[in-house]
Amino acid sequence: MSKATLHFIPSGPLVALLGNPNCGKTALFNLLTGSRQKVANYAGVTVERREGRLTLSHGLTLRVLDLPGVYSLYPRSLDERITCDVLMGQAAGEKRPDLVLCVLDATNLRRNLRLVLAAKRLGLPCIVLLNMSDVAQKLGLNIPIKALSEQLQLPVIATVGIQSHGVDALKAYLDQIDISNASSGASLNSPSRAALSGEEHNQLDNQKVKAILQSLQLDQAIPDPFSEKIDNVLLHPIAGPLILTAVLFLIFQAVFSWATVPMELIKSGFDGFGALVVQYCPDTWWRSLLVNGIVAGMGGVLVFLPQILILFFFILLLEESGYLPRAAFLLDRLMSVVGLSGRSFIPLLSSFACAIPGIMATRSISNTRDRIVTILIAPMMTCSARLPVYALLISAFIPQKTLALGVDFQGLVLFLLYLLGIVGAMGVAWVLKHFMNHRFAPTTLMMELPTYHTPRIKNLAIGLWQRCEIFLRRVGGVILLLTMSLWVLSSFPVPPMGASGPAIQYSFAGMLGQALAPLFEPIGFNWQISIALVPGMAAREVVVSSLATVYALSALGTQSVQALPALIAKSWSVATALSLLAWFVFAPQCLSTIAAVKRETGGWKIPLIMLAYLFALAYVASWITYRTSVYLGF
Amino acid sequence: MNLSQVCLNHLNRVKSVSGHRETSSLGRQLEDIGFLPGETVSLLRRGFMGGEPLLVRIGTSTFALRQAEARLVELEENPL
Repeated sequence: MSKATLHFIPSGPLVALLGNPNCGKTALFNLLTGSRQKVANYAGVTVERREGRLTLSHGLTLRVLDLPGVYSLYPRSLDERITCDVLMGQAAGEKRPDLVLCVLDATNLRRNLRLVLAAKRLGLPCIVLLNMSDVAQKLGLNIPIKALSEQLQLPVIATVGIQSHGVDALKAYLDQIDISNASSGASLNSPSRAALSGEEHNQLDNQKVKAILQSLQLDQAIPDPFSEKIDNVLLHPIAGPLILTAVLFLIFQAVFSWATVPMELIKSGFDGFGALVVQYCPDTWWRSLLVNGIVAGMGGVLVFLPQILILFFFILLLEESGYLPRAAFLLDRLMSVVGLSGRSFIPLLSSFACAIPGIMATRSISNTRDRIVTILIAPMMTCSARLPVYALLISAFIPQKTLALGVDFQGLVLFLLYLLGIVGAMGVAWVLKHFMNHRFAPTTLMMELPTYHTPRIKNLAIGLWQRCEIFLRRVGGVILLLTMSLWVLSSFPVPPMGASGPAIQYSFAGMLGQALAPLFEPIGFNWQISIALVPGMAAREVVVSSLATVYALSALGTQSVQALPALIAKSWSVATALSLLAWFVFAPQCLSTIAAVKRETGGWKIPLIMLAYLFALAYVASWITYRTSVYLGF
Repeated sequence: MNLSQVCLNHLNRVKSVSGHRETSSLGRQLEDIGFLPGETVSLLRRGFMGGEPLLVRIGTSTFALRQAEARLVELEENPL
């Protein structure tokens, strides 16, 4: 081992799925492995690594890896590089695949075949999967599988990624061959770098593909009348943007209104459990830890699960159907005003759920400058973790009344806060455009608009379950740990005998809060808020439960989150509340986001810039808000 | 004549792609996504107010391109 790090590589033959973007690779992967999937990251980079298991009829279990989609083996973006590294056996912690399944979109042979030829040249055993063969047939394309196989000198199998029996032929084939021997039989020499960068190969491949297509009489253009008809409406210069606005409006409505019932259920479940514990357990320190720390903290975070799932449901739905790139197409012009491309739209939309998947989604942006700007502004999209903070402050300080046209005043304020984040992000992007542009290549678009598909429920379900799992792992890990440490910090040391003030004032958290108070005093925050901001850095949603914990431990007896709005409405001025709202529009992102940015950009520079500018922006915004409110007499 | 200059919905053939081997390798990327000599191409739609982005049908796929990207694609003189 030449490197200091040892990677544990699980046993079992590794089969990699390789193909162009939008060739139906992931649908095939879902069919092959079903629910036996694991989503993680590749070592060292935030590229999602999807691995599943497939057990063959004779008992051998294969590890199936779904590689990020690539157009060629000349990598441009981060996820394309991963695909190349894995295929060449150079990815950290990853063994070289024993078998490559090359997925071909039967309706787009010309482009797809070039990738097959490039993969074949790497010397790995390959099987070609002719996917979407049913769609090709409907378009009048009859692909002679046997002749194609002879031309390529590779086995070719027809598959249909959207039918449950679409991979039966592939499974039957895999049953026959000896996979571990397939690799040793074929020439598995490590490919040289020089062979990959050759311009001649490119030319040669083009000619070869042309020859194959000509000999099979497949050399003809195919229009896509179905997608074109839909595009005539959805990409219409006037109707298109209107429909997009309506779709986005519907999504946000759904996120807020559909989630109410499940959120109430989760909340009352936790409250009920807390009450039960209080009723049946003796009044000891561990009861306080359980009720004030763990139950209040975890419940305060788990409450967002419905909203996150609803938002991701829509994002996945739009992605599956093929509408998301169209939305990016429509917004491209608008985004170019601030120096970004339509490609940034998808990461920014995901950031409304959580900035981390948003930042991860930037990996498909090949332009470095665009990618970094998108990462920098992603935290300003109001993530769902900020929602509880907004909800708490709005319900406590903004009067509930109906304005003209039946507009709900509280709803309007919430909308304005979202808008403020977007406007701020666009402003920052505009400023960055003038500072960075000369140093990087001009922005590229080159975005594929795939054929429209009816979304498959199974694929949606698998995608949603993976989001759910990632969130729950976070709640069970970092958030649980933080809530417990905050409880410890807020409970110890215990107040001296005969102390008059609330216990928390004498604790570590109280000392920390009082130490921070001078910093936050000019923008109207009291020491309780200052304490809550500290764990809020680790996970934003914890601010509400922290305030609950701080106030619960400040008072005598146990008070739950429910009493919090009334409590803060009494003890804070309106100016303080408005200032805190302004703070949260811009406030530095939680630590997990900073960590994601660091991993994603490969250094501390960008996360530190992000931290600094967001802090400065938040402080200035809060200061202006607070001073103006005080001046106006709030 | 290049791809940024053609009329909407006319079928053309790609002659060549320039911008090769330059630092940006835009030309190379265009080749990778299918802009190859002989391939049929048509401009489906221009963006807002006749500007960017361009919606282009190349072979059997559809791509959104910038003007600068489309300018690199040189077409055969006679439309099909």
